[in-house]
Amino acid sequence: MSALTIRNVKKSFGNTHILKGINLSIEAGRFLTLVGPSGCGKSTLLNIIAGLESPSSGEILIGDRNVNQLSPKDRDIAMVFQSYALYPNMNVRKNILFGLEIRKVPKAEQAAIVDRIARMLQIENLLDRKPAQLSGGQRQRVAMGRALARDPKLFLFDEPLSNLDAKLRVSMRAEIKQLHQRLKTTIVYVTHDQIEAMTLGDYIAVLNNGEVQQFGTPDAIYNDPANRFVADFIGSPPMNFIPCEVVGSSSQGFGVKMTHEGGDFVLEASGDLKPWLGKHVVLGIRPEQITHVVTSRLDERGVSGHACPVHLCEPTGPDTLVTTSINQTKVLARVRPDTAGTPGQSMDLMFDMNKAVFFDPTTGERLRFQLLKAA
Amino acid sequence: MVESMPGVKQRPLMRAVVYVPLILTAIYFLLPLIVMLLTSVKTMDEIRAGNLLSLPATLTFEPWAKAWDKMGGTFTNSFMIVVPAVAISTAVGAFNGFVLTKWRFRGSELLFGMLLVGCFIPFQVILLPMARTLGLLGLAGTTGGLILVHVIYGLAFTTLFFRNFYVAVPDELVKAARIDGAGFFTIFWRIILPLSGPIIVVSVIWQFTQIWNDFLFGVVYSSGETQPITVALNNLVNTSTGVKEYNVDMAAALLAALPTLVVYILAGKHFVAGLTAGAVKG
Ligand SMILES: Nc1ncnc2c1ncn2[C@@H]1O[C@H](COP(=O)(O)OP(=O)(O)OP(=O)(O)O)[C@@H](O)[C@H]1O
Ligand SMILES: [Mg+2]
Repeated sequence: MSALTIRNVKKSFGNTHILKGINLSIEAGRFLTLVGPSGCGKSTLLNIIAGLESPSSGEILIGDRNVNQLSPKDRDIAMVFQSYALYPNMNVRKNILFGLEIRKVPKAEQAAIVDRIARMLQIENLLDRKPAQLSGGQRQRVAMGRALARDPKLFLFDEPLSNLDAKLRVSMRAEIKQLHQRLKTTIVYVTHDQIEAMTLGDYIAVLNNGEVQQFGTPDAIYNDPANRFVADFIGSPPMNFIPCEVVGSSSQGFGVKMTHEGGDFVLEASGDLKPWLGKHVVLGIRPEQITHVVTSRLDERGVSGHACPVHLCEPTGPDTLVTTSINQTKVLARVRPDTAGTPGQSMDLMFDMNKAVFFDPTTGERLRFQLLKAA
Repeated sequence: MVESMPGVKQRPLMRAVVYVPLILTAIYFLLPLIVMLLTSVKTMDEIRAGNLLSLPATLTFEPWAKAWDKMGGTFTNSFMIVVPAVAISTAVGAFNGFVLTKWRFRGSELLFGMLLVGCFIPFQVILLPMARTLGLLGLAGTTGGLILVHVIYGLAFTTLFFRNFYVAVPDELVKAARIDGAGFFTIFWRIILPLSGPIIVVSVIWQFTQIWNDFLFGVVYSSGETQPITVALNNLVNTSTGVKEYNVDMAAALLAALPTLVVYILAGKHFVAGLTAGAVKG
C-alpha cells in the first residue's frame, strides 16, 4: 500500500511557480529523501504534505485518504524542523508532551510515553531542562522525541541536521537511520546534502526548479542519472563532464576524442553511438572511474590507460585527487596516494568507460544507447 | 560604556573630559527636581525670604499633606484610567502583533501600514471627532470614555512594539504547534505570550507614561469627578484666588510625577533590554 502519494502538485506565489507538477509515491515504511539545491521548493513541498501550506493544484494522499482539506493536526503526521522549533518556555518534558496534552491523552499514558521516548533517545537526564540549556545535538534529539511521541503515520523532516557540526551530523545521521530501521515508519526527509540523501533514503527524489529531476533508488540515481543536473548534484567530488566529439574507434565500435596538451587519444564507448557520429556530446565520467593504472585490468573491455598532464594533487587520505585537463575542461581523477604524479609532469591514468554516461550538450538530457555486443 | 573606551581608564585628563560634561549635564537636569523637592518641604515664610537652593531651616510636610488633600482623589482617578487603558492596549497590541506576523492574511501588511499612520496623528486633530463619538456612545465625561480614547490612541504603538518583536520569533514554532494540534488561541496563549515578557514591559512602561502624563485628553474629555491628576494639578497651580502656595504646588507636582518616576526606576532597565531583545531561539 502506498503511504504517501503526491499527485501533480503545483504551487505558485503570484507569478512565481515554485512547484511545477510534482508526482511522487512511496510505500509504507519507506524512507524518501527529497534533495535539491537551496530554494528549489523542498520545504514548500514538505509544508504542503504537512498541510501548513495548501497547493495551488494537485492532490496529497496519506494512506488512501485525500488529505487536501484536512488541517495539519488531523493528518496523522509529525514534523522535525531545521531550527528545531522547541517551545522555549517549556522544559523538555513539556515539549514532548505538548501535542499529547492538546489531544487529551490520559496522564498515565503521557508519562509512559515520555519514559519510553526519553529512554530511546537517551535524553532522560534532560527532561527538566529548558531548550536554551541544551546543545544543538540535544535539541535535535528532543525535536525528534516530540515527533515520535504521537506515533504518527508519517514523519516529515526538514533539514534536521543542517545546524549541527560535521561530526555530530554524521553520528545523528546514523541514529536516524537506525531509528527508522527499528520503527519502520514512513519518513519524508528533506536535505540539500547529497550524502545524507544517499545514505538515508530507500528512495531519492532529486528536485530542481520545482520539478522532480529523477525519482529512484540511490543506486539508480548515482549510476544511472536521468540528466546532467542529477549527475552533477549527486556525488562528491562531482562527476566530470567532458565535451567531446564522437568518432569511430579501432574496434568497429565508437569512441570519443580526448585532447590535452600532450596529444590526443580515443576512449572507447560501450554503447552504439552511431546516431551521434561526428557530432559533439558530453561525456560524464566519475572521478573514481579515472584511476591509477592497474595493469591486470587494461585488457578489460572499455578500460584503457593514457598519459595525462598533472595540474594539481589534493590528498584526501585514502585517495589523492589528481586534476588534469582534457578538451579544455578540468578533469578530476581519484588515484591511490602513492601513485599520484607531480604537478607539471604527466602520469598514466586508467579510464573505465563501463559506467560512463553521455549527455546532450545543449539540453543536458541523458543520451541512451544500445549496448554493443562484445566484439 | 565609558570603561570600554580604550585609554579613558588610564589617562586622568581623558577621564575628566568625559566625566565633567556628564556631571554638568546631570546637574542641569536634576536641578529643577532638587529645587522642587526643597521648596515642597519649606514653609511659605522661608520661601518668600529665601534662596531657591538653600536647605529648609524648618522641615515641614504640611504642604504634602495639603497637596494630597486637594489631589488625592484625582490621583486615584488617574489610576482608574491608566491601569485598564494600559492593560487593554497592551493585550490588544500583543494580539494584533501575533496576527500580523504569525497568522497573516491578504492585506495584513497594508493594514499594519495604516495602523502605523496612527502613531503620527497629532492629538489635536482627533479632539472634535472623538468628542462627538464619545457623545454618541454615551461615554462623554466618563472614565470609560477616557480609557477608550487612550486605548485607541495607544494601539498603534503597542501593535508596532509587538509586531516587531514577533517578527523575530521563528515561524517554525507556530508550525510545530499547529502540527501538535494547537489552535489559534492556544498558540497565542501557550507559546507566544510566554515569550513576550520583555516586550510587555516595554509596552506597559510606554503606555503608562503616556497615559499618566496626558493632559490634553484629560482636560477635554473628563468632567469634575473623573478628572485625572494632571488636570487637577493644572487647576491647582493656576488658581487666581488667594495666596500662591509654592510649596503646595511643588508637592502636588511631585505627587503627579511620582508614579512614572517609580515605574521608570523599577523597570527602566528592562525597557532598554526589551527594546533591544534579540531573537527567541527555539
Ligand atoms: N510565501 C512566499 N512567497 C513568495 N515566495 C516564496 C514564499 N515561500 C517560499 N517562497 C519561494 O519559494 C522558493 C522555494 O522555497 P523553499 O523554502 O521551499 O526552498 P527550499 O528548497 O526549502 O530551500 P532551502 O534548502 O534553502 O531550505 C524560494 O525561492 C522562496 O523564495
Ligand atoms: Mg527549506
